[in-house]
Amino acid sequence: MSAAQPEEGTGQRSAAEREQEVLDRAERARRRAPKVREERITLAHGAGGRSSHALTEAVFLAAFSNPALDALEDQALLAVGGERLAFTTDSFVVSPLFFPGGSIGDLAVNGTVNDLAVSGAEPRFLSAGFIIEEGLAVADLERIVADMRAAAAAAGVTIVTGDTKVVERGKGDGCYINTSGVGVLSRPVELGARFARPGDAVLVSGPIGEHGITILLSRGDLDIESDIESDTAPLHELTAAVLDAADGVRCMRDATRGGVATVLNEIAGAADVGIHLTEGALPLRPDVVGACEVLGIDPLYVACEGRMVVVVDGAQADAALAALQALPAGVQASRIGTVAADPAGMVLLETTFGGNRVVDVLVGDPLPRIC
Amino acid sequence: MKYVDEYRSPEIAAQLSAEIAALADGGHHKIMEICGGHTHTIYRHGIEDHLPDGIELVHGPGCPVCVMPMGRIDDAIAIAEQPDVIMTSFGDMLRVPGGRGSFLDAKAAGCDIRMVYSPLDALKVARNNPDKRVVFTAIGFETTAPSTAATLLRAAAEGLENFAVFCNHVLVCPAVQAILDAPGQDLDGFLGPGHVSTVIGAAPYEFVARDYGKPLVVSGFEPLDILESIYRLLQQRVEGRAEVENQYTRVVPWEGNTRALEVIDRTMVPRDAFEWRGLGTIPDSALGLREEFAAFDAERLFDLPGAVVEDPRECQCDEVLTGQIKPWECGVFGTACTPETPIGTCMVSSEGACAAYYQYGRFNRAAATAGAGA
Repeated sequence: MSAAQPEEGTGQRSAAEREQEVLDRAERARRRAPKVREERITLAHGAGGRSSHALTEAVFLAAFSNPALDALEDQALLAVGGERLAFTTDSFVVSPLFFPGGSIGDLAVNGTVNDLAVSGAEPRFLSAGFIIEEGLAVADLERIVADMRAAAAAAGVTIVTGDTKVVERGKGDGCYINTSGVGVLSRPVELGARFARPGDAVLVSGPIGEHGITILLSRGDLDIESDIESDTAPLHELTAAVLDAADGVRCMRDATRGGVATVLNEIAGAADVGIHLTEGALPLRPDVVGACEVLGIDPLYVACEGRMVVVVDGAQADAALAALQALPAGVQASRIGTVAADPAGMVLLETTFGGNRVVDVLVGDPLPRIC
Repeated sequence: MKYVDEYRSPEIAAQLSAEIAALADGGHHKIMEICGGHTHTIYRHGIEDHLPDGIELVHGPGCPVCVMPMGRIDDAIAIAEQPDVIMTSFGDMLRVPGGRGSFLDAKAAGCDIRMVYSPLDALKVARNNPDKRVVFTAIGFETTAPSTAATLLRAAAEGLENFAVFCNHVLVCPAVQAILDAPGQDLDGFLGPGHVSTVIGAAPYEFVARDYGKPLVVSGFEPLDILESIYRLLQQRVEGRAEVENQYTRVVPWEGNTRALEVIDRTMVPRDAFEWRGLGTIPDSALGLREEFAAFDAERLFDLPGAVVEDPRECQCDEVLTGQIKPWECGVFGTACTPETPIGTCMVSSEGACAAYYQYGRFNRAAATAGAGA
């Protein structure tokens, strides 16, 4: 019976030992190559959590596997001639198309710029593919395009090629955009989640969760009023500043779908390290905290579109943090945690209440279509 | 955040924690938190790290999606599959597996299934889609029943003809009694649910103390609420008392919310019996719609399979829900049954005992050790 007290010295395993055994077994199961068990694609496959990983690994990676792709970073690093290039692509299906703080146009440029910048590359060229639903107001398309032009100018990239398709009414959601981007990696750096190691510090470049909460509230399903705005922004200046200030940067990731928690789990898994977070150090706007409390959502899982996680040698954490905080976009940057050897592959949070808990990968996303 | 941080003070927690340890005095105390919301709080804030080893928290049946039997899920999907139906429900319901898949699977197969935050949102969907039949799958204890009731009253007042409710509201006291009557039950006390009690009050639990001699403290949802309630339970044990106490007085009136109870009574009546996942069929344990609301009753409007679907043999949700085993003691925990491939309902909702343990709790001891060494 479970309630029995641990036996002492009888050779019988104690409840605590048996519990640990089950936990170890569960942990091994958790790390096994994921399978797609469903017969059809569900929304969970697009949510950035465990189901998305399963789809990526079991379907796409199985078919396309190669060294550049297998790293599963936000961009592929390619050697072409004497140059090192970063190459990435991203699709944007956010609903609504316009929201406080930005539009699908801002996201389409900033999202791809950021996927390049976090590799240490300087973003240069973008493509833009539009899938437009019959009936979209031309004025809306012009607004989206104007946002893209302004975002591209701010990030120092040029949109050099594109494509347009129009689908029948009801077959799209106003407008979907795909952007691909190329950047040049002129710094002698090699960044990647797999390089995180014990003793490193974990930084975040600004308050988290604002984009996801903005989208949720702007859908109007909830009668909550607030002035939270999307954090959509290019990160290239922040990434350059961090790399200038510290040569011990291990990896940078923009915390989009699935939020900071998902990114940290990817890092913990890729480097086989434990990440220890301090809840009190997480930069959070009070109204984001309030909305999350009301909705029962953990802000660690809420998407950002202009924030990144930086893992850096612990000895250089202060220099990297100071470099972030010196820029307007990084004023509220914070050191949120530490990398340790154990528990390998996991993210733990020390709560402000003085307890500990696991910050796991989400299975599905409570906020669909956020980017 | 104001009005929240006050209930999460680590300093007060440390004091309470020391007082709890003194009261527990090395003994073993098995306490069930009935409500899934409490389970969530316990894991989210790491409350077990504040408790001495001898205090065992058992996660009870108070997660509404966890107690939904598979046959009812199949019934709901059968409704969703009818032509021109828009099915609506709370987000928690989407991934709950029935005998032939979940709402999410049915949606992928072509059903129009939408997540709503309130039954009133479902009413909005009905107004905006007059050529469709909009059904709300209502779940929950007495906590959510008043909002379903208010929605029914409004639908009736508006004369909406394309709106129906598939009612699965359940009652907390019969479930608690079923647990108390279960053979081998050895609980020492209960944390009484907070949200349910805002509606029904604390008085209905008096049978727990009177007839079964177990203390029960109705508790709030902040971490300090839970610690204080555990303290008060231990105090009763030490003093040899068994009473119903209300720790959550800032929200829960002893006699409940009479307005809310009145709207429930106007629209719903207790069913003779209802099947609970894990607890079996319990008499007078659920609500159905009153005859006067037959026009809104999906059970009368649609032809339902109504089959009783046996739980998978390897699933031990029943033993988890009644506190006989801990989540990790289930044979399929964490291997065959995980949040992405749940076999049992306890693994689905974040309030489910197994999902909460899997997501937050499974490394607690190691966390404490690693944290100390870091």
